[in-house]
Amino acid sequence: MTESTYRIQGATGEWEVVIGLEVHAQVTSNAKLFSGSATAFGAEPNSQVSLVDAAMPGMLPVPNMECIRQAVRTGMAIEAAINKWSRFDRKNYFYADLPQGYQISQLYHPLVGEGSLTIEADEKAGIPEPKVIGIERIHVEQDAGKLMHDQHPTMSYVDLNRSGVALMEIVSRPDMRSPAEAGAYLSKLRQIVRYVGSCDGNMDQGSMRADVNVSVRRPGDEFGTRTETKNVNSVRFVMAVVESEAKRQVALIEDGGKVVQETRLYDPDKNETRSMRSKEDAHDYRYFPDPDLLPLVLDDAFLEECRASLPELPDAKRARYVDGLGLSAYNAGVLTNDVDTARWFEALLAATASAQNKPEADVAKQAANWLLSEFFGALNKLGKDLSSSPISPEGAAELLALVGNGTISGSIAKQVLEKMLETGDAAGVIVEREGLKQNSDTGAIEAVIAEILTKNADKVEQYRGGKEALFGFFVGQTMKAMQGKANPQIINELLKKALAG
Amino acid sequence: MTGLTDLGLIAIRDGVAKGEFTAVEVAQAFNAAVAEAQEALNAFIVTTPEAALAAAEKVDATRAAGKELGKLAGVPIGMKDLFATKGVQTSAASKILEGFTPQYESTVSQKLWDAGAGMLGKLNLDQFAMGSSNESSAFGPAISPWRRKGDTAALTAGGSSGGSSAAVAARLCPAATGTDTGGSIRQPAAFTGISGIKPTYGRCSRWGIVAFASSLDQAGPMAHDVADCALMLEAMAGFDPKDATSLDMPVPDWSALLNADLKGKKVGIPREYRIEGLNADVAKAWDDGIAWLKDAGAEVVDISLPHSKYALATYYIIAPAEASSNLARYDGVRYGLRDLPDGANLQDMYAATRAAGFGAEVKRRILIGTYVLSAGFYDAYYTQAQKVRTLISRDFEEAFRQCDVILAPTAPTPAFALGEKSNPLDLYLGDVFSVPASLAGLPAMSVPAGLSSDGLPLGLQIIGRPFDEQGVLNAGLAIEQRAQFSAKPEKWW
Amino acid sequence: MSVDTATVARIASLARIKVSEGELEAMVPELNGILNWVEQLGEVNVEGVEPMTAVIPNTLRLRADVVNADPLTGGGIRDAVLANAPAAEHGFFGVPKVIE
Repeated sequence: MTESTYRIQGATGEWEVVIGLEVHAQVTSNAKLFSGSATAFGAEPNSQVSLVDAAMPGMLPVPNMECIRQAVRTGMAIEAAINKWSRFDRKNYFYADLPQGYQISQLYHPLVGEGSLTIEADEKAGIPEPKVIGIERIHVEQDAGKLMHDQHPTMSYVDLNRSGVALMEIVSRPDMRSPAEAGAYLSKLRQIVRYVGSCDGNMDQGSMRADVNVSVRRPGDEFGTRTETKNVNSVRFVMAVVESEAKRQVALIEDGGKVVQETRLYDPDKNETRSMRSKEDAHDYRYFPDPDLLPLVLDDAFLEECRASLPELPDAKRARYVDGLGLSAYNAGVLTNDVDTARWFEALLAATASAQNKPEADVAKQAANWLLSEFFGALNKLGKDLSSSPISPEGAAELLALVGNGTISGSIAKQVLEKMLETGDAAGVIVEREGLKQNSDTGAIEAVIAEILTKNADKVEQYRGGKEALFGFFVGQTMKAMQGKANPQIINELLKKALAG
Repeated sequence: MTGLTDLGLIAIRDGVAKGEFTAVEVAQAFNAAVAEAQEALNAFIVTTPEAALAAAEKVDATRAAGKELGKLAGVPIGMKDLFATKGVQTSAASKILEGFTPQYESTVSQKLWDAGAGMLGKLNLDQFAMGSSNESSAFGPAISPWRRKGDTAALTAGGSSGGSSAAVAARLCPAATGTDTGGSIRQPAAFTGISGIKPTYGRCSRWGIVAFASSLDQAGPMAHDVADCALMLEAMAGFDPKDATSLDMPVPDWSALLNADLKGKKVGIPREYRIEGLNADVAKAWDDGIAWLKDAGAEVVDISLPHSKYALATYYIIAPAEASSNLARYDGVRYGLRDLPDGANLQDMYAATRAAGFGAEVKRRILIGTYVLSAGFYDAYYTQAQKVRTLISRDFEEAFRQCDVILAPTAPTPAFALGEKSNPLDLYLGDVFSVPASLAGLPAMSVPAGLSSDGLPLGLQIIGRPFDEQGVLNAGLAIEQRAQFSAKPEKWW
Repeated sequence: MSVDTATVARIASLARIKVSEGELEAMVPELNGILNWVEQLGEVNVEGVEPMTAVIPNTLRLRADVVNADPLTGGGIRDAVLANAPAAEHGFFGVPKVIE
């Protein structure tokens, strides 16, 4: 494996950065991990809080099967070992967002063990070839509540809506060596959980956030002391944290100082991290098995269902698009990058194949090219995306079928698409109403061609003299004369014949 | 009306059902007894005479309408103040929860109300159920209705369910709920001449019971006799999906299946419980118990529980460790006491609130628990204790290959005087016979066996296999029938 | 192992219980008495023994992912949740201002 060449240039020489990420991903579930209250984002304060979440005396946790299932499926998606026997532990500390005075987590026996994911090569970003990033574990734990500091001059306000929502903590190995690798890892992880459906990956709403562990060393040396920057909530910020924190550490060491193992916070406005002393004294968490919860033992049937319900994952899908559908690696990458795009594309593909009565592989390029070069642009102009698209995959397939069977040309298809977006009418209806059907009447086309060749005798001469690039000119003229409605394939054939003389 | 308060749970239920008296009459009689004794015995933290009357009126109306009556219809009971009761202060006998009014009802108390019982009040206990004498209650200890012969010194009613034992023994209620973490039902029952059973761990839901040590806490009934305990336990027990440790098993008809004939049964006598210097009265009661069970047809066998001597130390690591975490929620943020000194920040508020709210024994156990879980000590203390706990549990498994139930004293001495044991360790040592069954989650009960030389009740303990409450109750009944324990405290209050 | 005043002070701080100097002094011998006594467990041979995980052999039950399936463990009860709060304002629990 080619190692990253990313280095921090210090006053005394080069430094290598070592990065590990602990990603907290909110598990997609209706109810919380240990109570029946809802998990929806943006509810009124404390309206999604049960007696259990508020840690009333005598309240007890009962785990939500879906949360366990989603964590297991996520583990399977990173090809990790699933521990059929796991346990919940209590992590004890006092904070106003932690009603029980402990967080139920898994330290000693996590649900998911060792796994990995592969980040793609990205030459420009300094990732010369694909790189495997180790994942140490995934465990399930409770989220904390939220504190609001700006509502009252002397008080902070506590909202427990998030308290008890299920999180997966996905802990990487310290395998990353550059901001780009850290960014790529987080993007890939987000892509995977979105495919699996275990987390919506919505970083704006805090559904995914990363604790970024950074240390620096001389290339090849032992690991240095690391700091942990908490709750970084975008790929861009993760990359910025790595860079600014690595630079800070290098400057500190070169100044004769020592990096202290501590928790830090990122300030995006200043693009710097600062020490978070308020949580410093809480380092003795006194983990012990939660006596309210028995060991979690998963049976084969449960694991089988988890595995069987896994969708095709992005790497496999991308490979299939290239090998099975004949798409370019680039297009396959774009189409599989986000699960929603892939889903839309596959619906379009299925509908297109069925509308044209052809195998998917035969229409894949048409569908992919149209989606990527026509449809995205058109949606973009309207400020929409696939999720808010006024056209369904079936509606789009109808349009593509009209092109495929020669009813309209590709350029007319663009007009039809615009009308579809404008009116919401079906492609066929628009073509019929506006008289956009293309002309495949060879006699009519031949007549037009003859006229054009006559008008441009000089160019015909040049063409026949070897300037074949002029062919496009003749196609354009013919098409123009026929208001774009002539079948381009027939124009090509007839033109070639006519020009050949 | 004094006659009514002498009746046990089944007698009251049957009397109400037959129309010999009304439920309201019963409630009134007990309300009066409670009020009369409250100052002297301090058995209740809160009394709820209206609740008792309201429940009774409902029962009388149900009966008048000819509808079916619940298992405990017309029986007013006392509720240990560890069970959350909707709209009624639930304090765990701690200042930190003074004024806390739950907006919910514990599963067990709800089941009792559903069975037709009514609530006379919330019973005193050791603070957060931590104690064996009731002296850690923030509201002063419950006083035993019993006194030594020729002596007026105030005696402990035991702990932690000391309000329950005092109230049942003084006939302030026919039955009461208790909870048992290391003996908190059995020891107070033994000290006051009543019966009490701690069922198998998981039989009774812990939902809504203020937690002390989650892996040990179990609710159970305390009543005049074995049959009353059996019936009340039927009403309390049962699967609760809200408690992950709740047993998903049907509740047997323990009371209907009571049978004191022990032919074919083997009773184990653990040789390690014959500790040096065992109180002579206690030793004699134990010997009597052996003879009674033989008389009931059982074969008596000598058994060994080799790790018994480590049970107390194991318990006093595990229970405080769990407690230190369970009690972290009392922080002055969402309910209960808040002590906010001038200029205090959040962490100062926690420390001040918890310092002001918790009593000395609770603090002691939180500190012990915090220490044994802290970095560098966890394995030496906590993990080691959980391993020894496995060994203690195995001892019982081994023993139950040779016997069906185990007979032992409930406590090493009769009740002691309040203030007599000032060293916490001395108090801890009093749990020596009750703690092992708790650590193994086994059903265990105490039944009265007789009186000590100075006239105080003595209890015998029967420990059974997991889920075999029936075997425990049957052996208890065999003892009860032969002990003929009829002594009652002379009324001085 | 025995604890000294500094250790007890650290433990009390971890447990968020304020103790005065005097209390601290009194606690040290008390806690040492208990700790020395429980240390007898060290003499038990536990080789090959697993720590107890469930007192009655049993495994964890999982519940279905349904919101407010049981009102007792569901949300939407803000008034009940805030009913006992020492300082509840605008639907929040109030605490002394926290500076992060």
